[in-house]
This record gives sequence, C-alpha cells and structure tokens, in this order.
Amino acid sequence: MKILVCISKSPDTTSKIAFTEANTKFDENGIQYIVNPYDEWYALVRALEIKEANGGQVTIVTVGAAADEPIIRKALAIGADEAVRIDADPKDAHYTAMQIAEYVKKNPFDLILTGKETINYNGSQVGGMISEALDLPYVSIATKLDINGNILTLEREIIGGLQVVEVSLPAVISCAKGMAEQRIPNMRGIMAARTKPLQIISPIAIEDLTKFSSYEMPNAKSSVKLIAPENMDELVNLLHNEAKVI
Amino acid sequence: MILVYINSSNGISKASFETVTYGKKLGEVVVITNGNASSNSLNTLGEYGASKVLVDRSVDGEDAQQLTKLVAWAAQEIGAHTVIFSHDLTGKAVAPRLSVRWKAGLVSGAIALPDGSGAISVNVFSGKAIGKVQVQSSNKIISLLPNSIQPEKTGSPCTVNEITANIGSGKIRVISTKKPEGEIPLPEAELVVSAGRGLKGPENWGIVEDLAKSINAATACSRPVADIGWRPHHEHVGQTGVAIRPNLYIAIGISGAIQHLAGVNGSKVIVVINTDPEAPFFKAADYGVIGDAFEVVPRLTAAIKKFRAN
Repeated sequence: MKILVCISKSPDTTSKIAFTEANTKFDENGIQYIVNPYDEWYALVRALEIKEANGGQVTIVTVGAAADEPIIRKALAIGADEAVRIDADPKDAHYTAMQIAEYVKKNPFDLILTGKETINYNGSQVGGMISEALDLPYVSIATKLDINGNILTLEREIIGGLQVVEVSLPAVISCAKGMAEQRIPNMRGIMAARTKPLQIISPIAIEDLTKFSSYEMPNAKSSVKLIAPENMDELVNLLHNEAKVI
Repeated sequence: MILVYINSSNGISKASFETVTYGKKLGEVVVITNGNASSNSLNTLGEYGASKVLVDRSVDGEDAQQLTKLVAWAAQEIGAHTVIFSHDLTGKAVAPRLSVRWKAGLVSGAIALPDGSGAISVNVFSGKAIGKVQVQSSNKIISLLPNSIQPEKTGSPCTVNEITANIGSGKIRVISTKKPEGEIPLPEAELVVSAGRGLKGPENWGIVEDLAKSINAATACSRPVADIGWRPHHEHVGQTGVAIRPNLYIAIGISGAIQHLAGVNGSKVIVVINTDPEAPFFKAADYGVIGDAFEVVPRLTAAIKKFRAN
C-alpha cells in the first residue's frame, strides 16, 4: 500500500495576523510556521496507522520553497518514510494541486490524503482538484477511515447526522477531526528524520486561476456594553430594539 | 448566464435561496439540481430569481465526481460563465473538481458580492482577516458561505425541467445515512447559543438548550467541550471547527481564545456571559454580562419568554 499525504505549511494557530505592502502581502515577520494541523494530526497520523496495521509506505509531498523544509522534517519525524518537495512558491490552490497531480501521474499511489483545509486560506480546494486532475473518486471531510483489502469505508459528519460511504482504491480523501489523534515526535524520530530521503523536483508550468489582490482586517468592535446580571429584561430589550436580532 | 447548483436531497435549504439570490444579482440564473425534491418545491426557487430549474432525478447526491460531470454538463448546456455553489459539504467537494474540469478560478467561502473591481471577499486565516480574491480566468466559480446574504423574494415560481445528463453511475456507495432530526443546521442558523467549559459538565447543558429553544437558535460549543466529549464534534465552532456568521451569537462560559474567536467573529451581534471580567471574549462582544451562568442564563430565558408572550 502506497500512501501519499499532502502537507502544507500554515502559521501557528496563536499567530497575530498582519499585512504589508499596502495590505497586499501577508506579513511573515515573527510568524512561526507549522505543518497545517489537519494535514498533520489527521491525514498523516491516519496514514501511519494504516501502514503500521497493513504494511506499506507513507510519502509526504509539499509544494514550497527550501525555507519550508522544517515542516517536512517534522512530518518525517512523526513517522513518514520519505518526502517530496516540489520547488515552487504556490500562488493558489489550483497551482498546488496541479503540481501534486503531475507528480502522482508519474508515481502512482493507492491512497492520497489531504487535510480538510489549511488554516490560513481555508479554501478546502486542493484535495478535490487533485482528484479531478487524476479522475479519481473523492470523499471530502471524512472523520473516520477504515480499510479492508481494496475497499475504504469512511464516515462523514453531516450536520446533526452521520453518513457512511464506501469506495474502492485508488481514491483521494480529505481528513477532518476524529480520524486520528495528534502524535508528538520522539527523539528517535527526530534523529531518523534527518537522514530520510527528501526528493526535490521542479514544478511544471501552470497558470494561476485566482489571486489575492488585497487583505483587510475585520471591523473592530466598539467597546462592550455591560448589562447587570440581575437585569436580563434590559438585555432582551437591547437585543430587540437596538441590535434588532430577536 | 449564471448556473447555481443546489443540493435538494434533504429539501430546499435556506442556503439554496441565498445562492439563488446571490446569482440573481450577477445575471440570469438557471438552477441545476438532482435528487427527489418535488417540482412544486423546486419551482419556489423562481421566487428568489431563478428563471428555470433543471433536475436530473437519476443522480444521487453523494458522489462529487458524478456531480461535477452533471454541473459541467449544465454549464455547457446553458452557456454559463459563472457557477455558484453553497460552501457546504457538497459544494466543498464539487466546486474544486469543477475548477479543474472547467479551468475556472474558484472563490471558496465568498462572504460578499464582487466589488467594483470584481474582487470577492472571503475569510482567511480562519476568520482573523478578510482576503479579496480576483478570478483571472474567463469562467468563474463561487462558493458562498451560508448566512452571507439575505434571501430576497423578487419573482414568481419558475418552470422545472426534468433532464437526463447521462453522466453514468458514481463510484462512491452510500452505506448508511443518519439524517438530522429537526435540528437547525449550525452553519445556516441565524441565532446561535454556545457554551464552554464554564458550564462544568455535560449534565448542565439543559439551561443552554432551554435558552436556545426560547429563541429558536442552534446550539454550539467551544473546542475543549467537544474534545472531552461533553458535546458532539459537529457543534464545535472555532478555527479547527465550524466557522459561522449568525446574526446573534450568545457565548456562555467561553473565555474567547483567539482560535475560538476566529470561528465566530463574523457574527453580527455577540453576547458574552462569563463570571470572569477579564475573559478576552468581552473585547470582541457587543453586550456583556459578568455573572454566574447558572443564574444568568435561566433569567435570560425567562425574560425572553416574557418578551415573546407580549
């Protein structure tokens, strides 16, 4: 079983977000990058569990510059066997997905996992785009993944309910909370990660379909209006007459 | 021509009326759908601006690969230049596939109409900022975040055409579906009552549910509460949960960590109830009550019931 896990970098969840160059560029000053949590906690860890139970190989792929190698080493330290970095600075999800799809066309995998979205651009796009480019089935936002021979059984949380679906390999799956538990790399993993193979490949020419032209911060709230805990009639009055929401 | 895909397998949701309303502001709208919603319910989409509904009864609603072919077929059929989805479970799976198939730029999670330059706002950094996306291809795809636009009735019922796109069968088999039972879907809810660790235990959620019921709100929770299993994961709002933008968000016993705020700061009005006057959530709130939830919440529920009775 050959499993590919697509990983992306994202700013640490506690990062303060700011922009530079007249609000056209994300300000990376002081930003600590991590492996996007959905990619790491759910997609990568579930891939490792499948490998531990059934044998096989887990490869991680990212589209990024040399500066992104710390996140690759982190994923290798957690337990991936080998890594591929497609050497480019991706401008949109389509560019990223087409690079990964091109790699997979030359190096087929049985199962391709992504996180359900990144926590910086939140597009939830790359997994679906890879699947279409490879003409593979796609199950998005799965919270449980089991494998039996050639058949995957997946659960998806629909609002207030649950859906169970089956699909044959090969397939692309985007992974959400519930699929696995976060693993902290141990010292042996961190040491081993230094010598695991990292292949660097050149990108293909792909046009960008979208671009972020500028950014802005959400409107700041005016200061909070405090209501005495005894006076809930007043809160109801404000919600009805001032805020007009009830 | 604007094509709007709606998922009508569980009836026609408010999000569907929103996407049609949004599409109508960009041009003439044709709706493509599948499943078994009756023609008499589908034709109500005309009231929100659809000129026609196309429905393929032979396609079940779960296989993104199949639905992509259906939407691409319809786009070709009507000569669409823009396709609109709701940014829900189905839209998140189908829109990216269509982007590749149709070589069209995708704006996912739009929260507004295109501005004068054609740029469309989306939440980025999990709601900590807003990004403006320009689509550089001639065809465009937009998935609209629920509750970003009010549905507007502007027309009358439209014609519903049964069609067969002959797209073949899907590869994903649905084994079982546990349908939601009358709950208000959280991403679509206009009013949300949410609680966190301040409630001290799952057995205390009765006061939260009573308050929610009194205003017909959906219930939500913070991440720690979902992680320790007090509440189901689908109720978790925040950076790694669901991002919502209701008209009213009432947060009870939630401190307001940056990751939680990221998922809710699109809310129009925020009410925070917390014993700790230093809770960071008060900085993001419109109205605050410093007090014990176990006293304040039942009092608020009673005040709402009294107000509703008058």
